[in-house]
Amino acid sequence: MSRVVEASGARAITARAPRPFGLSRLRELVERESVYSWLMLTPPVLFLVAFLGYPFFYGVYLSFFRREVAGPATFVGLTNFVILGNDPIFWQSVGNTVKFTAAATILKATGGLAMALVMNQNFKMKSLTRALLLLPFIVPTVLSTVAWQWIYDPGLGLFNRLLVVSGLAATGVSWLGTPTMAMISVIIVNTWRGLPFFGISILAGLQTIPAELHESATIDGAGTWGRFRYVTLPALLPVIFIVTTFSIILTFFDFQLVYVLTGGGPANGTHLMATYAYSLSMGAGQMGLGSAVALSMVPVLGLLLVLLTIYVRKD
Amino acid sequence: MVGELTWSKRVFGLWLPLAAFIVVALFPFTWMAATSLKTNAELYDPKAMPLTIRHPSLVHYIDLLRETNFITWTANTMVVAVVATAISLLLGSMLAYPLARMRFRGAPLLAITVAVTYLVPQTLLFVPMADLIGRLKLGNTLSAVMLTYPTLLVPFIAWLLMGYFKTVPKELEEQALIDGASRFRAMTRVILPLCMPGFISAGIFAFTLAQNEFLYALLFLSRSSVRTVPIGVVGELIRGDAFYWGQLMAGALLGSVPVALIYSFFVKYYVAGLTAGAVKG
Repeated sequence: MSRVVEASGARAITARAPRPFGLSRLRELVERESVYSWLMLTPPVLFLVAFLGYPFFYGVYLSFFRREVAGPATFVGLTNFVILGNDPIFWQSVGNTVKFTAAATILKATGGLAMALVMNQNFKMKSLTRALLLLPFIVPTVLSTVAWQWIYDPGLGLFNRLLVVSGLAATGVSWLGTPTMAMISVIIVNTWRGLPFFGISILAGLQTIPAELHESATIDGAGTWGRFRYVTLPALLPVIFIVTTFSIILTFFDFQLVYVLTGGGPANGTHLMATYAYSLSMGAGQMGLGSAVALSMVPVLGLLLVLLTIYVRKD
Repeated sequence: MVGELTWSKRVFGLWLPLAAFIVVALFPFTWMAATSLKTNAELYDPKAMPLTIRHPSLVHYIDLLRETNFITWTANTMVVAVVATAISLLLGSMLAYPLARMRFRGAPLLAITVAVTYLVPQTLLFVPMADLIGRLKLGNTLSAVMLTYPTLLVPFIAWLLMGYFKTVPKELEEQALIDGASRFRAMTRVILPLCMPGFISAGIFAFTLAQNEFLYALLFLSRSSVRTVPIGVVGELIRGDAFYWGQLMAGALLGSVPVALIYSFFVKYYVAGLTAGAVKG
């Protein structure tokens, strides 16, 4: 009787033993730093590979093919890039992108620095002011751009009405009507939207400069300009560098502003590389050629990334 | 003399430039509001003062809600933004946690890859992405943008959260492990609750970005019933050459209000997220 109990007990133990053993082994394995790390990392990495890595390389692949939206793809080698090389509109869009990015970035950086210096004083309702100044940056770009389109309206827009009412001009300006004016107008909107990003970031940088630095500079006889030139500006350079690089990337690849405001016109005068890639691939249905335009922006991105990495490493 | 000097310094160094910055930042919104509240008769009267309203009217708002799918677009935008933000926060923290707090093989390479993907603009990807979504048969479904928005958000969120995760001392985790907690328990009960501000910053940022997104929505959502506010307004309120400015401005203003409201509640976290990259470098 007791032997039976013993036997069944022993059998029960041997039968049960491997399970807790295996589970604890598994638990031990999971508790290892590298295993736990990769268990966590696998889902996001797979997601990014599927929806970011794959499209990127597929885009590279597409740029070697002639592919219409509905048709099959034919391998054409570097033909797409040769076509672009001989395409005056492509080169115009490259020039436009460079002009647009350079002008808007310079305006945003200087304006943002000014905004930060003004904001870095003591006054009432500072946080409310900061919140209001950031509004252009947080409101959906497309919606504010539609408002700008109405501001620029030749007949009834705000700018021309104010010009006419104040007697400064008889008929007003054709804000989006000529290539040059349209480019200026597009740059104005991009600056309006991006300025607060510079302003608020530089302000945050200003607030990290210890007051003692300014005090000791004052004791050493530095005036307002001297303190700005030798204390504030050097301390701000890292912030300005990083914000500017970010902004160049965002501006260089900008799409929606031009798409909504001018559609690239007049006479391709505001076509950016992004809008041209869109109109080739989605408008004309030439996916391969559109991919090639998008791909020709990669060297610029690569250069900026290398600069950024070198700078961050140096610090 | 000294008082006068500081007074003029206050006016020219603070109040005037500050007023100029505020006017420049806000006048388009005033213009939006003024336009949306005028009747068409007043709106298109060239003699009327542009920024004043003689006969305020809600007719454009009523027409917008009655004649267009604006309410559907708003609902779509909210659903998409909430889902995309949730997915992105989950995947972003799964990516950031090991990178910030653990040692494993491939960590430096992965950290660089995340930083690079954060800066890859969607302009580079939209052609193949359109093809991919087409082949997955996801065109004209909200899933198309719910799946693609996280590609814009995850690298950014991971990068932002890494900064927060690093600030929690390693000892706290070690103590929890000594007390018998598993790594997962130490993470969810000890470390993550301390990083709440980071999650709020990342969440607000992701949410506003998802609400503002335009390019993918333009590519993937062409049917009116699945559109989000930005492409609904641009795609359907601008009808050919005839602009319905009153309705357009009403739509632009109403579309901006949710973002502005959420932002105003969490402005502190938003600024923290915005400046994290620049200041922490």
